[in-house]
Amino acid sequence: MVDEILTIVLDGAIYASWLFIVALGLTFVFGVLKILNIAHGGIYALGAYSTATLVPIFYSLGMPEQLVILAMLVSALAVAIVITPIMERGILRRFYGQDEVLIVLVTYAIYLVLEDVQKLIWGMNSLYVSEPRELLGALEFGSLYYVGYDLALIGLAIFCGLFLWFVLNKTQSGKIVLAVIHNPEISGCMGVNINKVYLAAFFIGAFLAALAGSFTAPLISVQVGISVAVVIESFAVVIIGGLGSIPGAVIGALIIGMARAACVHKLPEAEIFIMYFCMAGMLIFKPKGLFQGAQARKI
Amino acid sequence: MNFFRQCLILISSILISLLTFVGISNADGHKGFKLGVVTFLSGPAAEPFGVPAWNGGKLFIKLLNEGKVPAPYNKKGFGGMKITAIPIDESGGATKQVQEFRNLVQRDKVDAVLGYVSSGDCMAIPSVADELKALTVLYDCGTPRVFEDASYKYVFRTAAHAAMDNIAIAKYLIEKGHDISSIAGINQNYAWGKDSWKDFSVSVKKLSPSSEIKNELFPKIFSGQYGTEISALMNSKAKVVHSSLWGGDLQSFILQAKPRGLFKRTQVVFSAGDHVMPGLGNKYPEGVILGARGQYGMMAPDTELNKWFYKSYMDEYGVFPAQPPYRMVQGLMGLKMAIEKAMEKNGGKKPNKDEIAAAFKGLEFDSPGGLVQMKLGDGHQAIQPHAIGTTAKDKDGNITVTDIVRYKASCVNPPNGIKAVDWINAGFPGADC
Repeated sequence: MVDEILTIVLDGAIYASWLFIVALGLTFVFGVLKILNIAHGGIYALGAYSTATLVPIFYSLGMPEQLVILAMLVSALAVAIVITPIMERGILRRFYGQDEVLIVLVTYAIYLVLEDVQKLIWGMNSLYVSEPRELLGALEFGSLYYVGYDLALIGLAIFCGLFLWFVLNKTQSGKIVLAVIHNPEISGCMGVNINKVYLAAFFIGAFLAALAGSFTAPLISVQVGISVAVVIESFAVVIIGGLGSIPGAVIGALIIGMARAACVHKLPEAEIFIMYFCMAGMLIFKPKGLFQGAQARKI
Repeated sequence: MNFFRQCLILISSILISLLTFVGISNADGHKGFKLGVVTFLSGPAAEPFGVPAWNGGKLFIKLLNEGKVPAPYNKKGFGGMKITAIPIDESGGATKQVQEFRNLVQRDKVDAVLGYVSSGDCMAIPSVADELKALTVLYDCGTPRVFEDASYKYVFRTAAHAAMDNIAIAKYLIEKGHDISSIAGINQNYAWGKDSWKDFSVSVKKLSPSSEIKNELFPKIFSGQYGTEISALMNSKAKVVHSSLWGGDLQSFILQAKPRGLFKRTQVVFSAGDHVMPGLGNKYPEGVILGARGQYGMMAPDTELNKWFYKSYMDEYGVFPAQPPYRMVQGLMGLKMAIEKAMEKNGGKKPNKDEIAAAFKGLEFDSPGGLVQMKLGDGHQAIQPHAIGTTAKDKDGNITVTDIVRYKASCVNPPNGIKAVDWINAGFPGADC
């Protein structure tokens, strides 16, 4: 019994970590730019593809195995550096202040374009890059073996969450971002360069999406279509936690991860709809999510 | 002026008559055969299924048009008619596919449609095909329900349904002396996965009544993350784990389960596990029992027709053909034989869909995967021989399939008029093994 509970908690935590890293960027971008970015899934897929491309090159250069994590970080960074000016400066900036539905449609169009970009660059064949997953070996928990890499994802998620929290709450730049989240007009009047803040916020969101893709690549067969499930599940997380809330993303990811793990182990037939059940329940009882506080009315 | 007007009317009438005649003779004659080909050209099912299938189909159509296929397929095209294929992407779901099918039949006026990998699409298309009286060949999908729950006049399936895959695997496990005292399954949550698990678990229970089902998992299709499912399967301590996962889902499952020791701890069986071997290479685990949905790829029979197809495909694409191209070529061969049989009956004219449908019913034809017999579904559903093997490393360290057992079509397929699951439950009456 204890073994089973431990297994559910571990499986749930690993899944929640993955979900959290993806959802963190999505919720942060919404918090600052007020954009529900469906193209987030496309950036995630680009992160996975770039890692699947860069890591074999890294190995072929005879670099030390331990530094492969660095190659994965570089590939995520490269995606964010390329995609941010194109998306934020080139497209989204023209739609700020427009109807939210229109912006969602714009990001959906970008998502479709990114799917085609993947086909154009990498074709239809699957890419495999499972080597980084062997780096940390396997660990025994109860009667099961877990791959060290999977457990390290929990650490990565905690690091990403804490780092973003620290930057937002304990640094001057973070406080500027918080001021923009609170009221962009007044922040602008006080001399804050709103455009720069938006660009930086979008870059962080894109980097987090690409990072999630990059660290998921060793677990999966990287191919066209991997972003579909990611978009849906990360949306479920932010709906449960509250759009724009980082603690909300933590709790949302944990709720979905744990509920899913418990279902697979104890009630497999419920697994398929548990995520939607949690999401629907939240929409009924707390439509703005767990961590969406009361907002002051602007006059 | 009157004279000129009369001349103009006369010339116009002659021209219209000529054009009409040419039009009729074009429609009635055999200038060509327009074939709609539907398979996954984008999305997660494209790389493992749609693209290799269409690669095989494209190559075979080209060779047919050039008359370079060995006997009995050596007549150019379909009965001398040049084949023009219109490829359509199968992604987008059943509703979209019904619309695409209508477009092919009503707008593009194709002579026949060959297609469909997804069992969901195969359940949606046949009723529309009969409504439009459009000759349709289902070349790949596996759910037995297409002809078990209904009957159609213009629809044919040239490959055996999934019951065969799972019955043969259950028989293989018994024959090879594997411990099947407990089983578990991980199959996708839709028609294909559900039917595959039902056929396998019922077959095992019939062959070994004391066998216990430990766990039945049905993750959603294209979920990609199986960490929790792998824990649940390992915790269940089942002696055999069955899966009909395919494509990217199967690749991801293998990549995630291998380092966690699932393949060492339990006997894993993949009912359609061959098609990811070309991509995964040596990442594919050893000791896995697998089927290829027929005698295909590494389990294909040693016949001249197979040697020709295997070599042609290898030469063209530099990789061995797994099940998808075999099945598309099998569909094309069936259609060709039906058309040419109909032409023999009507004096060599281009046959209409009723003549082709009549010729297709109960047809038997050779394919690279062995003899195909349209015996089920009142002559509309194929049965074929099957093979099951086990993966192992060869002397060069490459993954290959060994310990292959071949099953006659009549051993692992139900007779006409009885549902697969009823046949299994009844203890395989009349099975000729």
